[in-house]
This record gives sequence, C-alpha cells and structure tokens, in this order.
Amino acid sequence: MVARAEPRTLAEKVWESHVVRRAEGEPDLLYIDLHLVHEVTSPQAFDGLRNAGRRVRRPDLTLATEDHNVPTLLIDRPIADPVSRTQVEALRKNCAEFGVPLYPLGSDDQGIVHVVGPQLGVTQPGMTVVCGDSHTSTHGAFGALAFGIGTSEVEHVLATQTLPLKPFKTMAITVEGELPADVTAKDLILAVIAEIGTGGGQGYVLEYRGGAIEKLSMEARMTICNMSIEAGARAGMIAPDATTFDYLRGRPKAPSGSDWDAAVHWWSSLPTDPGAVFDREVVIDASRLRPFVTWGTNPGQGLPLSAAVPDPAQIADPAARSAAERALEYMDLVPGTPLSEIGVDTVFLGSCTNGRIEDLRAAAAILQGRRVADGVRMLVVPGSVRVRLQAESEGLDQVFTGAGAEWRHAGCSMCLGMNPDQLAPGERSASTSNRNFEGRQGKGGRTHLVSPQVAAATAVTGRLTSPADLAGIPGSSTVNA
Amino acid sequence: MEKFTTHSGRVLPLRRSNVDTDQIIPAVYLKRITRDGFEDGLFAAWRKDPDFVLNLPRYQGATVLVAGPEFGTGSSREHAVWALQNYGFRVVISPRFADIFRGNSLKGGLLTVELPEDVVERIWALTDSDPDAEVTVDLQSRTVDFANESVDFDLDDYARWRLLEGLDDVGLTLRHTDSVDAFESARPSWMPRTVA
Repeated sequence: MVARAEPRTLAEKVWESHVVRRAEGEPDLLYIDLHLVHEVTSPQAFDGLRNAGRRVRRPDLTLATEDHNVPTLLIDRPIADPVSRTQVEALRKNCAEFGVPLYPLGSDDQGIVHVVGPQLGVTQPGMTVVCGDSHTSTHGAFGALAFGIGTSEVEHVLATQTLPLKPFKTMAITVEGELPADVTAKDLILAVIAEIGTGGGQGYVLEYRGGAIEKLSMEARMTICNMSIEAGARAGMIAPDATTFDYLRGRPKAPSGSDWDAAVHWWSSLPTDPGAVFDREVVIDASRLRPFVTWGTNPGQGLPLSAAVPDPAQIADPAARSAAERALEYMDLVPGTPLSEIGVDTVFLGSCTNGRIEDLRAAAAILQGRRVADGVRMLVVPGSVRVRLQAESEGLDQVFTGAGAEWRHAGCSMCLGMNPDQLAPGERSASTSNRNFEGRQGKGGRTHLVSPQVAAATAVTGRLTSPADLAGIPGSSTVNA
Repeated sequence: MEKFTTHSGRVLPLRRSNVDTDQIIPAVYLKRITRDGFEDGLFAAWRKDPDFVLNLPRYQGATVLVAGPEFGTGSSREHAVWALQNYGFRVVISPRFADIFRGNSLKGGLLTVELPEDVVERIWALTDSDPDAEVTVDLQSRTVDFANESVDFDLDDYARWRLLEGLDDVGLTLRHTDSVDAFESARPSWMPRTVA
C-alpha cells in the first residue's frame, strides 16, 4: 500500500484492503470476510459444489441460519408445509455435509441472518460481508462493505471465499442538523429513498454521514443501511466510531485483549479522509423531516404522514405518473385522502429493518397502557431468539400481549410472506418491514411501510397514526370501550 | 453456462416500471431446491389477469422481454432469472436494471440489455403493430436490430467474453487459488471466525 495515498472514502479503503487480484480488463477479485447463508438462496449453490466435486473453502468464515421460510408459531413441531420443510432440511443437510456452522430453528442464536450477525459481533468494521439476500446492506452500519448476492455468487463464495466485482461508485448522503424527537431512522431512510428514487443509488455504495447520523445508535444505523437497496444501492455504509466500538465490545465474536486494541487501531483508520471525493453527494436537512409512510407499491412512493394521497395527474413525468396510477389502483386509494385516515387490518412489527430490541422497546413504550384497536391484528416478530429473550426479560412481551398483539418466534415472517404469516387478498397493513411491493406480504395484500413507533400508534387507532397524534388516547380501558 | 452469441426472437412488451423480483416470482414460489421448474411462478400474481400481456395469444412464444425502467429491483433471488429462463426468455431489455438482478442474469446466461427509453418505446410500438416482428440481439457486435434500426448497447468486455464463451466464474477464479492463499496468509489473526 502507498504511504501517502490520495484521500479516500470509507468504501474505497475497505475495497482496496480486500483486493486479492487485480488485472487489466477484468473485475477485481475481492476477498470475503464473512458469508452469511440461509435456506432459500443456498440449496442450488451447494448442489453446484457437489456436482463439481468442490468443497467450502472457509466454513469458519461462513454462518448459516434459518429465517426466511420458518414458521413463527409452534416451532417445536415439524414444519407443516412439506415444501418448506424440505428446504429447511436441505440447509441442515448441506451445512452438515460441508461443515458450515448453522443456527437452526430452536437454537438460541437462530434468527434473521442480519440480526444474528451483528448481535454475535461477527460483523465488524472494515470487513466484506455477503449473503444471498439483498438486505445484507444492513451490516454496512458497522463500516463494513456488505451487499446482497445471487445464488451463483453464493456458490462462488462458498468455493473460493472471493467474488469478482466491478468497482462501485460512491455517493455521500449527508444528513445535517438534528432529527426531531419524534422522527426515527426509518422515517429518515424512507425520506432518502423518496428523494433519490428506487434507482437513484444504482451502481453506488452510499455513505450516510453528517451530524444526524453520528448521533444514531447502532440499531438505528442498521435500519438505515438496511434499506439502501430500496434506493437501488447494493451497499450502504456508516463510518465506525465510538458508538460502533461500544456496541461491539464484549460480544461473543468480537476481539478481546490486545486483539481488541489492534482492531480498534485499524477500525479507527477507516472513516473517509478529509478531502476525499464522492461521485455524487446528496444533502438532507434532518430538522425538516417528519414521520414518513409509503402510499404506493415501491419504497420510493412515500410522503410525510401529515400529507395526503398524491394525485397522479399532478405528476409531470409520464412513467412516474403511470406508476402512481397503477399503485393507487392496487392500493385502492383515492387521491387527496389524508394518509392519516387510511385504515389498516394488520400491523407487522419485525424484520431485519426493525426487528431489533430498540424497535420493540419503542413500540412497547407506545402500547403501554393502550389497546390494539378492535378488528386489527398486530404481529410482533422479534428479529432473533436473543431479541425475543431480551424483550421477555424486560417484560415487553407482556406489554404486547396485554395490548392484544401476538407475540411470535423469530424469523422474516410477514416481511416477505413466505411462511404462513401473510396478508389475505385486499388486506392492508402498516408494516415496519422494507418493501411495499404488490403482494409482498401475501397475494393481493397492501402494505404501508412505517417506523415501529408509527406501527404501534397505528395499531391503537386502526389507521395510520403518528405517536404525537395519540395524545388524546391514553389508558387501555377507554380506547375501545 | 450456455454460450450466448446472438439471438433473434419475438418481443413481449411489459409496459411497467419498477418490475421488482417479487413480481417476477413471488416468495411462495421460492421453496424449490432445484434450478428448474420456476416458470409456473413467473409473474404469478399478474398472470391471474387474463389480459396480462403474458397471457395474450399474440405474444405466445416471445423470447425477448422488453420492460420499463428499474427492472429487477428488490430481493436478490436468482430464482427471478431462472423463472424467466425456464419460461423461455433469452434476453431482457430495459432502460435500467437493478444491480443484483443484472449481475445474476449475466452469471446465469440471461442477457440483459440496457437501451434508452425512446428505443424501448419504439420497440413497444413495433410490437403493437406487428407482434410477429423480431428483434435480433447480437452480443458479438453489441447491437440490437429491429425494423430498420440498429442500436448499440454497452456491456463490459469481461462480461461479454464470459457470455460468449459460456464460462463458469468459479472455474475461472480457481485458477487464481495461489493469490487467494497469499491474501489469506496476510489477514489479521483477530478477524472473526464463525466456529470456535
């Protein structure tokens, strides 16, 4: 490495420190420090290895869990759906055959792959992290270069612990000022996606920076990096700092003793150098943000909760206009309707976006002493078994069940509606997950993406509601009397 | 991977933007553990509508899907590529693809071609007037030909070479195992391992 290099960005530093091989006219070959695996995108990759007589090069840098296709009820019984059961059993068989560590259903370390990695401390600054899942961008919150890959690439990483990659461009998302007290990381990232669009980040690694980002907890940072993919970016990153180190210290897979010091020394060198140039810069004023919700069928179709359903006729761009028309038809919404008057049938609290302990605490604080509205189903699905156990030790499960919500086991659940947790056709949800695509949460289901706080307030009123608007609705016994 | 050199075929016009991978193949169809049989799930929700373009007799047998911008956003599921291939598509044309879908398609031998929106509009107009009109996609010359037009497209030399030769990435990388060994021996010992 050159002693006096040009100022570089965080992403460039991590990239450069992982180049195994560079040749003119070829993609860089990058080393992968951590490969996370789950049941849905891996079986064909393991088959590929078997067919070619290949082994997993580094099982000790590979970690598997069961999350996408597992039930969140009756987890001590065999999985009812035989096709799902076959897929989960294939993962168990593959991990046993190839020596890959697996946290199966029933293990205390099982959970959503992007919740499990950070809580174990196996996600660390400056690493390259991949998984056959687009929300791998979550791990970028630690200053890791983390991105989703397809099954062919899963096979490639299993076999070689590397990936051939063309360099990304870099985009700075600078969030200046302070987030208002009732505005969350989820509102911020939804606003960013609405600002740059679902394709705005295509080809870029996003680096979230600025005063508002520096003040965020690790969990909030994970929420933000998680949804980078919804802006079209494969990866989002945040520079490691004292908040990052404090989160990691003492975790099972974090370094300790003199290793810790060596690690912190390196991690501290990673933040973007002063004067480093990004290919694109976007500036957001945090102080102007409000609780945000989506009204359409892609995550860029969002507005402040205080706004109304937009009128496609007012949209100048023809493609955006026809997309809005289609979205409103699917969502069964009428232009001009205040978003806060949209009623929901289901509230989903969970996912790799908002299924961590802080999310559950925030929602529980709002539900405390209140009731889920009549006719509304609220599912609370912790992101991992550890999150579930932590929540139970704090009594949060009692708050949820006391309010009339369902307290489930860990998994991806209704975020993608692959297991039995689905919306029925025509049902409408307020969901803390990441995608409001047509049918995402169940065929014909309609999704509004919200923060955990808005989800909880919405559960109480039965319509999209910000916590501030609950002021007049205290006390559990009076709400639904 | 099957080699791709040139392909001529009829067009399926999909006039929608942001066709995400949940639309291409919904999650409930991802439970199969093979690489084939995913054609049943292709656009499963939209196919329930008899007027959906995939169901129209005039477009039966189309092998070139021409869609609006931001095609393949969302989930990284490579099943979306397999579903398109299993159904019979060889090429997808769009003004802009999501990164992960694009990477998956090129690794799997489904050629994804980015063309400007006005060209996409002209291909749609052509198929409106003549559903039997063919589009020819030539990877050697990196051109798309239709009606009296020939339009160039970009694809980096390396990806093009792999597709033309039908090469397996894993096999290519395994030629450089020495470089990987050397890199690994220099990694800090404190970096995390998933097994004790």
